[in-house]
Amino acid sequence: MTFRHHRAVGALAAASALALALTACGSGSDGDDAAAEAVSAEDIAAALEEGGDLLVWAWEPTLDQVVEDFEAEYPNVNVEMANVGTGNDHYVALQNAISAGSGVPDVTQMEYYALPQFSIGESLADLAPLGASELESTYSPGPWGAVTDGDAVYGLPMDSGPMALFYNAKTFEEAGVDVPATWEEFADAAQQIHDHDPNTYITSDNGDAGFATSMIWQAGGHPFQVEGTDVTVDLADEGSAKWAEMWQQLIDDGLLADVPGWSDEWFQGLGNGEIAALVTGAWMPANLESGAAPASGDWRVAPMPQWTAGAGETAENGGSALSITEASDKKALAYGFLEYANAGDGVATRLEGGNFPATLADLTDEAFLAEESEYFGGQKINEVLSESATSVVPGWQYLPYQVYANSVFPDTAGQAYTGSTSLTDGLAAWQESIVGYGNEQGFTVSE
Amino acid sequence: MTTLASPSAVPRTTGRMRRRSRWTGWGFVGPFMIVFALVFLAPIVYSLYLSLFQTQLVGGTSFVGFANYARAFSDPQFWDGVGRVTLFLLVQVPVMLGISLLVALAIDSGRLYGRDFFRLTIFLPYAVPGVVAALMWGFMYGERFGLVGNINDLLGTSIPDPLASVLVLPAIGNIVTWEFVGYNMLIFYSALRVVPASLYEAAEIDGAGPWQVISAIKIPAIRGALVIATIFSIIGSFQLFNEPSILQALSPNYISTHYTPNLYAYSLSFSGQQYNYSATVAIIMGVLTMLVAYVVQLRGMRKEA
Repeated sequence: MTFRHHRAVGALAAASALALALTACGSGSDGDDAAAEAVSAEDIAAALEEGGDLLVWAWEPTLDQVVEDFEAEYPNVNVEMANVGTGNDHYVALQNAISAGSGVPDVTQMEYYALPQFSIGESLADLAPLGASELESTYSPGPWGAVTDGDAVYGLPMDSGPMALFYNAKTFEEAGVDVPATWEEFADAAQQIHDHDPNTYITSDNGDAGFATSMIWQAGGHPFQVEGTDVTVDLADEGSAKWAEMWQQLIDDGLLADVPGWSDEWFQGLGNGEIAALVTGAWMPANLESGAAPASGDWRVAPMPQWTAGAGETAENGGSALSITEASDKKALAYGFLEYANAGDGVATRLEGGNFPATLADLTDEAFLAEESEYFGGQKINEVLSESATSVVPGWQYLPYQVYANSVFPDTAGQAYTGSTSLTDGLAAWQESIVGYGNEQGFTVSE
Repeated sequence: MTTLASPSAVPRTTGRMRRRSRWTGWGFVGPFMIVFALVFLAPIVYSLYLSLFQTQLVGGTSFVGFANYARAFSDPQFWDGVGRVTLFLLVQVPVMLGISLLVALAIDSGRLYGRDFFRLTIFLPYAVPGVVAALMWGFMYGERFGLVGNINDLLGTSIPDPLASVLVLPAIGNIVTWEFVGYNMLIFYSALRVVPASLYEAAEIDGAGPWQVISAIKIPAIRGALVIATIFSIIGSFQLFNEPSILQALSPNYISTHYTPNLYAYSLSFSGQQYNYSATVAIIMGVLTMLVAYVVQLRGMRKEA
């Protein structure tokens, strides 16, 4: 067993080195004054003309082409793209760089759920003085709400994930089930599909914090209320309870496939029809095409099931923005890049690469809406997805430490999926960990 | 050990020369000491230093003395992990070492056909990186499309999903056993190879049977190797991390963020940014492991001395 032993020692040394870097320097918030002054569009144009080096940390693959085009347009600017990891790895690296005060990128990708953690930590620059507030009407309300806090703008939305019901029409047809328009119908359909073939489930879920919060969002819940460092958590509010009650029924009746998302089994199930539907963000089509290729032609998209028939309310799931770090000393230049990538010519490039837009102009663009997807049997899926983008329930907030909260979701609420507790009690346990951690970290958390 | 030269045999040197030779010694060990201090001592000292502070997302860093230690001693999540690896240690290590010993004795007996083939095959899993092994087993454990699913389909059995029930710990034990039986077998086997053939001849003359040879000659001869393998295994069990960490993606509800103490320390620092408390957990676990390993060594070596 020495093998493991040595690995662990290495890990310990690495962790220690990491920690060393962390406390080495608590960087001050210099640059506050500079950001407070308004920067005009001419200043940004001048900065782009003058050029310089920009360091961008992102894992979004479609950005590579955007950077190439951007450099061709502004030859004096040199953009260095670095992929330091996806999701959590990225945030760990960023947090470490910020704490160390060196190696901080100028521009960073930020998922909407993680953004508050960094904006409240004063690690991200307010883009309002750079002219970002004028872009409000450019973006759909969901993503825009996610990057703003009062008057401050902490990023420009890159893509969005308005939710919809992706379903395998062949499986539905074989079971003789109509596409559910409400959650009640969804539960009935779940039963029928499973009765028809015991190997088939309407959807898979074994406890996913991102999905749970999005479902609570759609149900009208506001479990997290944040004002500065004052946080209120209520995972038993009306919306949360509504979702917990409905979903508990599906768990109790064994109607959810116990397959972890993004696993091999999951993709196989999506490909062979055993997982018949997914309620998820609009970024899903590209993943289905590559991961569940055998089911090409069978899948369709329908609006997200409703709590009240015809209400037309949806939520966001996933999606990310580009932000500028407070530590960057080239904010005007960085903003020039952000504007190009997320509001200017870069948007079209990314859409071509399969991104789902956050920009209203593209969401209502006729050519975009009329696009027929071969994988979805020629359906004009963008019509459904765009409709969802404009119906997102407003007012949702994530915790300023959502990354941590999501990591302990399986320990608490996830236990409901094993049958050892109920979702309601699981959410209460999740709340307890969230409150405990928040108070420990210096927030004022009330329930 | 016997002393080779008595002090009187060493020629007397002048004070100056002795002083110089004192520094010559340091010159030789210096490079090692520098690396040793940097790579081994500095991280430990730094972890100790870290464990005395608390850093908050809001409010910064403050000195808290031994508050982190007090917290760890009353932290049910930490002790839950410790309890789990202890159970793992008590069950998995005897099974693994038992199999290793059996295989080593079988190969050493000389009655096995294709001895080298078996030795290599059993050792082979050790050459598979732990992460790869965990991924591979994770796939085989799959109830739907993996090996377990295939067996269920083929034989009509209903083996429950090893990763979606309380079977997770035995499933991890199985992976670890598979990985390390060959390694421990090799330790035992090489210890058996150095037993002088004259002992076996003497036993034969005395009319000892194969079981008597094993219990009276072979086992006592490899006692040292047994103790070493046990200590390595104790350390390995307490530091259980790779397997649960990889399988967590497949079984998040059964492998919690505090499933083993090492996994807990990892979660604390990498998703909770609680580096100080994480360092505390690591230090307590290190001391605990040292204590247990030391007690085993004392007991194991006592009769030999």
